[in-house]
Amino acid sequence: MADDYILELDDVSKFFGTVIALQGVTLRLKRGEVHCLLGDNGAGKSTLIKTLAGVHLPSSGTYRVDGEEVRFNSPREALDRGIATVYQDLALVPLMSVARNFFAGREPRKKLFGVIPVIDMNYANETARDKLAEMGIRVRDASQPVGTMSGGERQCLAIARAIHFGAKVLILDEPTAALGVKQSCNVLKLIHQARERGISVIFITHNVHHAYPIADSFTLLNRGQSMGTFSKKDITKEAVLDMMAGGTEIQSLVDELEGRAA
Amino acid sequence: MSAINQSVTTMIEQKPTDERVRKLSPWRILLDRPELGSIAGTVLVFAFFGIFAGGSGMFALDGIINWAQVAGYLGIIAVGACLLMIAGEFDLSMGSMIGFAGVMVAIPPMYLGWPLWAAVIFAFVGSMALGALNGYLVVRTKLPSFIVTLAFMFILRGLTLVLSTSFANSTIVSGIGDKFTDDPVISALFQGTTFHWLFNGLASMDLITKLPSGDPVVGGLPKVLVWWIVMALAAGFVLARTRFGNWIYTVGGDSNAAKNVGVPVRRVKISLFVLTAFCACLFGVLQVADVGSAAADRGLQKEFEAIIAVVIGGTLLTGGFGSVIGACFGALIFGVVQIGISYTNIDSDWYRVFLGGMLLLAVLFNHYIRSRAAATK
Repeated sequence: MADDYILELDDVSKFFGTVIALQGVTLRLKRGEVHCLLGDNGAGKSTLIKTLAGVHLPSSGTYRVDGEEVRFNSPREALDRGIATVYQDLALVPLMSVARNFFAGREPRKKLFGVIPVIDMNYANETARDKLAEMGIRVRDASQPVGTMSGGERQCLAIARAIHFGAKVLILDEPTAALGVKQSCNVLKLIHQARERGISVIFITHNVHHAYPIADSFTLLNRGQSMGTFSKKDITKEAVLDMMAGGTEIQSLVDELEGRAA
Repeated sequence: MSAINQSVTTMIEQKPTDERVRKLSPWRILLDRPELGSIAGTVLVFAFFGIFAGGSGMFALDGIINWAQVAGYLGIIAVGACLLMIAGEFDLSMGSMIGFAGVMVAIPPMYLGWPLWAAVIFAFVGSMALGALNGYLVVRTKLPSFIVTLAFMFILRGLTLVLSTSFANSTIVSGIGDKFTDDPVISALFQGTTFHWLFNGLASMDLITKLPSGDPVVGGLPKVLVWWIVMALAAGFVLARTRFGNWIYTVGGDSNAAKNVGVPVRRVKISLFVLTAFCACLFGVLQVADVGSAAADRGLQKEFEAIIAVVIGGTLLTGGFGSVIGACFGALIFGVVQIGISYTNIDSDWYRVFLGGMLLLAVLFNHYIRSRAAATK
């Protein structure tokens, strides 16, 4: 049974001194599913993904990849196991070209005159352009600076890069947080495409309207504890909304505004 | 009018690929290059001196060698400073390192009985080790390189003075010139001129001016210019074509992003501090070989001149963007102005005023260019 899950966190806690950031959280990511991690600010989402990404070691509990227990000492080790995290800052340099960003740190090389190793810029330009085209982004020219791209396009570039370099699990940290409606849709489509390719996705958000259409299952975090994992067929959007910390509070605000004192 | 309309329609029809692509004029593409400002500046400076000093011999062969040599010295350190600045750091200790490298070359053979070649190797290894220490302190403490290298600027300048006065009883360590002439390898690398056959040949064909004796007025190309060209080509190549070059841009553009994509940020920065120290040492050795002595005030303020040349060359002070070619043009502007002003009737006291103005203009111009280059088009 364990083989069904590509990532498993079992009863994981993380403490920073006296602060309990995560308390006995269990999260299981099925192969090829989109798993939404929902929670309000301070719910422990960031700590959780940093644990998955290898930035933090869990204080207690176990972390398994492909059924095998792991202890990642650095993000590099997680990356080597195919766990790629796209943080909110995207790790892109605006003044550098699309192709140079796409391959930063992992430049394709060829030998000039058979001896001098140089970057294969033609390959880099073509690959970056093609990979983005597969994601539905037509880059005008892969040698243009990333600074000329929109926020949504940059998000797609970061995701395309992670997929190209062999990500089996994509962890997306609030990819739609800073985007407009249309651009958010593009990113959601991209997540769908990643799933079609058999990539498992953990999608962090606090926006249920973004999470519900795309997700196969949900895990809700509240104040460092998991409120449970739900498959989409078992739960309605309204129920998800209600379970989030904001849900009841918004309702009471609505009640108050409408003069129905609680 | 209709012709304009027609050309507009054809321009629109030419875009079947992506309606969001706007055709950029060649002018606009040129405007996005970092080195544009310095090339424009060079043209301006040449035009200026062409008008005010055209007949003075400044543009005769010996005049050209004169200012090219000044540009060459500065160019060598500007190349190193340029790569380091693109990576987002400064090295203010470069000028002091020039002086320090000079005494490292001159004192051991004069007072400790070392052979010259050993002293030259010692100077290069010593300088690069100090560069590595600079770099290590910067990446380790995460303090601004400005402050760390400022400390070394004073430490090294002070050490240079202490060493030269304690060994030579003077701020000048002289007499080293003969040792250079006696060592064929070191002399071939650092001293005098080269390509004599070319200059002799050109002179015999009456293509360059001859002395009454029949020898060419300039015997050969100064080695400093050869070193400058070699360093500039190598650095330009590394920056544009290699993996390390891409790392330099990434580190300077956003060091956190660089770390996240697996670029060894610390290693890149430390290597570049080693490079600037190497460049400063090369400057120092060439100068000692040329002048025949080392002195405690050598290379004074050269760190600032190098930074100015790099900034005029279009490199951003904040890193992530720049050009070695631009820095070389920046150095050329320096050489032309510094030497050229004495060929004109202008009081040479105006030199610094001119440079400061040039720097300010370059920064404003680059700022404008960058905001256009990075903006959504």
